Amino acid sequence: NPYTGLVSCLRAAWLSGKTRPMEYRVAQLEALGRFLEEKQQDILEATAADMGKPSFEAYFTEILLCKNELNSALNNLSHWMKDEHVDKSLVLQLDSAFIRKDPYGVVLIISPWNYPIHLFLVPLIGAIAAGNCVIIKPSEIAKNTERLIAEVLSCYLDNDCFAVVTGGVQETTRLLENKFDYIFFTGTPSVGRVVMTAAARHLTPVTLELGGKNPCYVHDRCDVHNVARRVAWGRFFNAGQTCVAPDYVLCSLEMQEKLMPALRQAIVDFFGSNPRDSPDLGRIVGEKQFRRVRALLGSGRLAIGGQTDEQERYIAPTVLADVLPSDPAMQEEIFGPILPIVVVGSMDEAIDFINSRERPLVIYAFSSDSKVVNQVLERTSSGSFCGNDTLMHVTLTSLPFGGIGNSGLGKYHGKFSFDTFSHQRGCLHRSMGLEALNGPRYPPYTPQKLGLLTAAFEIKRKGTCTLL
Amino acid sequence: MERMQQVVARARAAFSSGRCRPLEFRIQQLKALERMVKEKEKDILAAIKADLHKCGHNAYSHEILGVLGELALAIDKLPSWAAPQPVKKNLLTMRDEAYIYPEPLGVVLIIGAWNYPFVLVMQPLIGAIAAGNAVVVKPSEISEHTAQLVADLLPQYLDRELYPVVTGGVSETTQLLTQRFDHILYTGNSTVGKIVMAAAAKHLTPVTLELGGKSPCYIDKDCDVAVACRRITWGKYMNCGQTCIAPDYILCHPSIQSEVVENIKATLREFYGEDVKSSQDYERIVNKRHFKRILGLMEGQKIAHGGEADEASCFIAPTILTDVSPDSKVMEEEIFGPVLPILTVRSVDEAIEFINSREKPLALYVFSNNKKLIKRVISETSSGGVTGNDVIMHFFLSSLPFGGVGNSGMGSYHGKHSFETFSHRRACLIKDLKLEGTNSLRYPPSSQKKLDWVKFFLLKRFNKGWIGLAVLALLSVVAAVTIKVSFA
Repeated sequence: NPYTGLVSCLRAAWLSGKTRPMEYRVAQLEALGRFLEEKQQDILEATAADMGKPSFEAYFTEILLCKNELNSALNNLSHWMKDEHVDKSLVLQLDSAFIRKDPYGVVLIISPWNYPIHLFLVPLIGAIAAGNCVIIKPSEIAKNTERLIAEVLSCYLDNDCFAVVTGGVQETTRLLENKFDYIFFTGTPSVGRVVMTAAARHLTPVTLELGGKNPCYVHDRCDVHNVARRVAWGRFFNAGQTCVAPDYVLCSLEMQEKLMPALRQAIVDFFGSNPRDSPDLGRIVGEKQFRRVRALLGSGRLAIGGQTDEQERYIAPTVLADVLPSDPAMQEEIFGPILPIVVVGSMDEAIDFINSRERPLVIYAFSSDSKVVNQVLERTSSGSFCGNDTLMHVTLTSLPFGGIGNSGLGKYHGKFSFDTFSHQRGCLHRSMGLEALNGPRYPPYTPQKLGLLTAAFEIKRKGTCTLL
Repeated sequence: MERMQQVVARARAAFSSGRCRPLEFRIQQLKALERMVKEKEKDILAAIKADLHKCGHNAYSHEILGVLGELALAIDKLPSWAAPQPVKKNLLTMRDEAYIYPEPLGVVLIIGAWNYPFVLVMQPLIGAIAAGNAVVVKPSEISEHTAQLVADLLPQYLDRELYPVVTGGVSETTQLLTQRFDHILYTGNSTVGKIVMAAAAKHLTPVTLELGGKSPCYIDKDCDVAVACRRITWGKYMNCGQTCIAPDYILCHPSIQSEVVENIKATLREFYGEDVKSSQDYERIVNKRHFKRILGLMEGQKIAHGGEADEASCFIAPTILTDVSPDSKVMEEEIFGPVLPILTVRSVDEAIEFINSREKPLALYVFSNNKKLIKRVISETSSGGVTGNDVIMHFFLSSLPFGGVGNSGMGSYHGKHSFETFSHRRACLIKDLKLEGTNSLRYPPSSQKKLDWVKFFLLKRFNKGWIGLAVLALLSVVAAVTIKVSFA
């Protein structure tokens, strides 16, 4: 196996204990900070070359949000690393009981092409903060960013403990044959299954950040102008290639009529009357993806946009009306700048529609009536939920980011990243003395001993003995 | 196969009906379980006795006590565990609601083990019910009396559709694993753990695997050897060694090896009397297959104490092996029996190296008067859990997460950790539909001015303390007004 040597080297570095001290982890994180500062221009250029990513978007997601995560880790690392002391029972009052955060060892991070820096860097921050060695496998589809990462990261991080592996499906398959102590994967559910199956062979725990179709319910009572802007922004960001983008809208026929001119206006406000000329609209990452997204245009009724250019991999910001559940656009995650609107009769119908499908990464609901928003929240299930806006929940590092069911398992961001890459080890440190207290647990067993044990261990209901 | 599909489908339909969501319902089910344990105590103890030759007192303290404790804790704490947790917000979300909302996962599968057949099914079940899930329970067929009892009792006390019990062996479990679950908790060995995880992978089902391994026990020269040996003897030979966190083998300096042996022998006499076989408090090996397996591990070894066995009753005497070689058969697999190998090491460094060269164990034990040494062993090794200067006890503190790492498992449970294992922590951000002004910063067309404002609002800086925060808050209000004016 071409990667066994590399994995062994990293494992040896891990066993040497190099990554354990806080100073080491801080130094590596600070190096990542310098990478973001010094290579900012290269990052903007590489992502522009890969998918026409507008520099504003690239700065926002690839630099600014990453810096936030870095600062969050640097500000809190000593607190996160501390042993967490826990409540003790009566019998253990004189002992020390705590949860130790142990690194796992050698971690593998597999990242996708749509936010190619952010989606490897943010998990990497967590993995380093938690004291692991890491192999990074960026996506080969974002060719320019892949090359940047492969060439430049080694100048910033300790090469004994961190490595970048490049390649496609074959290389990733061979990489996955090795034993890792944790695997963090961001990508599609079908590849997620492959990764988890490979992990099962070594009993490697995983976090899978997958995808799905994120529904966006728009209630009749709402500020249509604001809704249209927020939804359009979320949909067309990165030309729709965002795992938490609003994938489709659910609303009443009346609301569809009202939304259309508002969406049209929002698109003109954002991208001008000819979006193709706007520097703020991205492109589809590759030919294969372009053709896939273009095929979804034959759904419902074309209401806004629809223009494409294969050479540029350009697809205009598009809205499709009266889309049916059986249409192509409703069969797969769109991952492109197309917003289908599916008409439903009521909020109940919208909720049933959502619940009859795979659980998505995020559910959006728009209404000026907070009761409606809460109803959608309470009666559905998803990774996350955002009321009256799109995408923004991702920017709050105090919220866990992850999926459920087909949209993934595990979570990260902020402290959740640190916890994801740490083994929470329950530790009880007892004293050698007071052996007499242990008497009741030893054979030969007697009813008296049992009585004592019951008294000592039993957790009583609130209102009786709170010492226990 | 059809039967499995029906059972799971019924549980899923029952879950979708929403009746197990309200806290009142969950608490009612937990209280019913509590009644079951108290009313049927005799039957439960009798079943465990039939399966493992375990006396009533032992079974009560190992299995029933813990279950009652977990039930009382869950019933008491559920409202606080299930409450939404508000989270720290940033400048941009200051006026919004941001919180984490614990939700049920859906239909959970619990696969129990035979060595503590009641508690290993009940403790996960308590957490799964508390978290609001439907639960399919599959007790181990090897502890057949307890399996049958669980299958008989649960439907008498709990909602039958939400919490079905499925009995059977390998074939039934394999069929069950082809169904789609929203979480699987498996307790057992690593080989089957891999099979469970691979089956789960097909449905992207998260798993908690409580597996095993060889839990090392290091006895430092500087310690009260008599006390250490007493505690080790208790933990090693309880349940006839069939405990996932039993001290599997001892590491100690050659100069104290015979002292260790003598102390364990003395403790064994104190616990079980001169004739262990006639002690009421000593269990038996669960079946002939394991009996033969454990006998095989003793072959060719230096037996310092014990070694007697009787196939008819699956009795194996408490046994100590000395000067065991790291390459011997007894050091290749988890012993899960009353055989205690002692390996000699020259120093704590050698002990640490020895432990680290092997798979990560479920538990790690270290005995020493030197606190620094214990801290060092913990820091330089990895394991599911640790008890210093005792064995087993970390299992009984429900505020500690109980689980393995590496080959000994993934995930954890007990107490609040059970609730969290069986819940989905859903991130929720609820914004206002008004106040569109600040949003305009993020919309195209982009500009340097907009970018600078975005940086101001979002970029986390190094902590400036609350004064800095207050100033920033004031500035942001000014900024919001300014932006509304300039970008409206």
